[in-house]
Amino acid sequence: MTISEHQEDWQQDLEELKGLVSERALAGDTMVLNMGPQHPSTHGVLRVLLELDGETIVSCVPDVGYLHTGIEKNMEAKKYEQALVMTDRTDYLNNLGNNLVYCLAIEKLANLDVPPRAQYLRVLLAELTRINSHLVWLGTHALDIGAMSVFLYCFREREKILDIFEMISGQRMMTSYIRPGGVWRDVPPEFEPAVRAFIDDFPAKIDDYENLLTNNPLWLDRTEGVGFITAEDAIRYGCSGPVLRASGVNWDIRKALPYSSYEDFDFDVPLGQHGDVYDRYLCRIEEMRQSLRIVRQALDNLPDGPSRSNNRKYVPPPRSELGHSMEAVIHHFKLWTEGYRPPKGEVYVRVESPRGELGCFLASDGTPKPWRVHFRTPSFVQLSALPKLSDGHLIADLVGIIGSIDIVLGDCDR
Amino acid sequence: MAEFECIEELQAGLPPDAIQNVETFRGEVTFVVNPEQIVEVCRYCRDTKGLEFDFFSGLTGIDYYPSEPRFGLAYHLYSLIHNHSIRLKVYVSGDEPVAHSVVPVYTAANWFEREIFDLLGITFTDHPDLRRIMMPDDWNGHPLRKDYPLGYETVQFSFNRDEVTLHKPYAKE
Repeated sequence: MTISEHQEDWQQDLEELKGLVSERALAGDTMVLNMGPQHPSTHGVLRVLLELDGETIVSCVPDVGYLHTGIEKNMEAKKYEQALVMTDRTDYLNNLGNNLVYCLAIEKLANLDVPPRAQYLRVLLAELTRINSHLVWLGTHALDIGAMSVFLYCFREREKILDIFEMISGQRMMTSYIRPGGVWRDVPPEFEPAVRAFIDDFPAKIDDYENLLTNNPLWLDRTEGVGFITAEDAIRYGCSGPVLRASGVNWDIRKALPYSSYEDFDFDVPLGQHGDVYDRYLCRIEEMRQSLRIVRQALDNLPDGPSRSNNRKYVPPPRSELGHSMEAVIHHFKLWTEGYRPPKGEVYVRVESPRGELGCFLASDGTPKPWRVHFRTPSFVQLSALPKLSDGHLIADLVGIIGSIDIVLGDCDR
Repeated sequence: MAEFECIEELQAGLPPDAIQNVETFRGEVTFVVNPEQIVEVCRYCRDTKGLEFDFFSGLTGIDYYPSEPRFGLAYHLYSLIHNHSIRLKVYVSGDEPVAHSVVPVYTAANWFEREIFDLLGITFTDHPDLRRIMMPDDWNGHPLRKDYPLGYETVQFSFNRDEVTLHKPYAKE
């Protein structure tokens, strides 16, 4: 490459930066630094364009889309039941929660009833998924800040939850277990002892994590007062979930707009005061304890009965009926060849995912394929608040802030 | 889900042509808003006592191709104070896909509008930073439009192996 070619390249780069960074950067007073997309602390493939004055962040421009896989477009080309498997792949730490929000949307569209046993199983599994997601968050967040051993402990416990998922669905992560009208099939007999063993074992493990971190002076130095956001700003930027609650806003969709029988359960919503990285950490730790309470209640009060709706227009008949019922064979054939046709209309359903408000907008035009599916994902919205959160902080704190809003790039880019 | 009971109240405080239609489906109230007045309606919804939709849940773009008006924008608003939610809906013509940005009212709409600009090709006037967000900057077309092909790969069998190899996108010598 000749010098003039180099200069041309350089000019082109400068043109691209105009509007994203301040005039000072173009004059050379501040430094522009590219972080990511391949960076261990960006939790996936997030690129951040940073403008630095010394070590202080002047501006921060997140650049997403590196994990954009066109899931929403793909779902439009599949039948409702086929498109379900795509939802696991959006937020890959909250698979069952994504199944749940999509199924709730279909059920609302089609006015489909869910038997109580399936509703309790859904709550139980959604809470186990929340613990699973928070464990990955805690491990990677602590690893980013420099506490290596927490990561190993968290993944040890997470493995037990994945074993439970494998037991019920045959898959560790991409379970597709929650289906429209209920769950795929009833849980096996060894499910209950496995979950009981986990919930008896796990509270002591949370105490272990807290012993390692909560009063650790290094941890406090890195998290207290870092990345704070006021309640007004958090609402303005659309933050939800633990990020919003750490700022002191008491809004949990499980309490405010209960879905899937959450109104039957007794649990507390932990709130923070300062809205900084440390309060978000405390909120999520307490949420794991509350999730355990919900799991215990769901397991104790698990109703008997069918685990899937018997509305044969939407739910395939069980295998045992196919041998002697002509009607069952017809329904089976129709459902697996043509699919079902929910009435024309548009619905929006929101659930509380481990990261915040997970919404699903579903538009039907009366054909077997969804006309439009859109996921309002918490990572996407909270990442747009990153410039506000990191404003004026040191560059070393940025990894802590990214970790504390708990982004999953698959969730963000879809 | 909490029902919304302020339909008359919302309509009363607005100019008569602002709300074109009110629909209810499965307990969800949808107001079809005049595209010219979406910013005022949003501001009214946010600031009026008794409504106070302070939380912007999301914005979805829908392509109704081939019918006209081609695009729909669904704004989902929620009130943390009153625990109720509504959907505002705006229809945008396919010949000139331009809508007004609500970022001056709801900061959270910023990335949602960028996403719709990128994937559906609707331009938002007065948006502070309208760039592509998901697709690369030099991408042609808007993938979520219904007339944009999904794309697939032909399965290679023995009878068509040479032909498929010929059209594969990897670099040729």
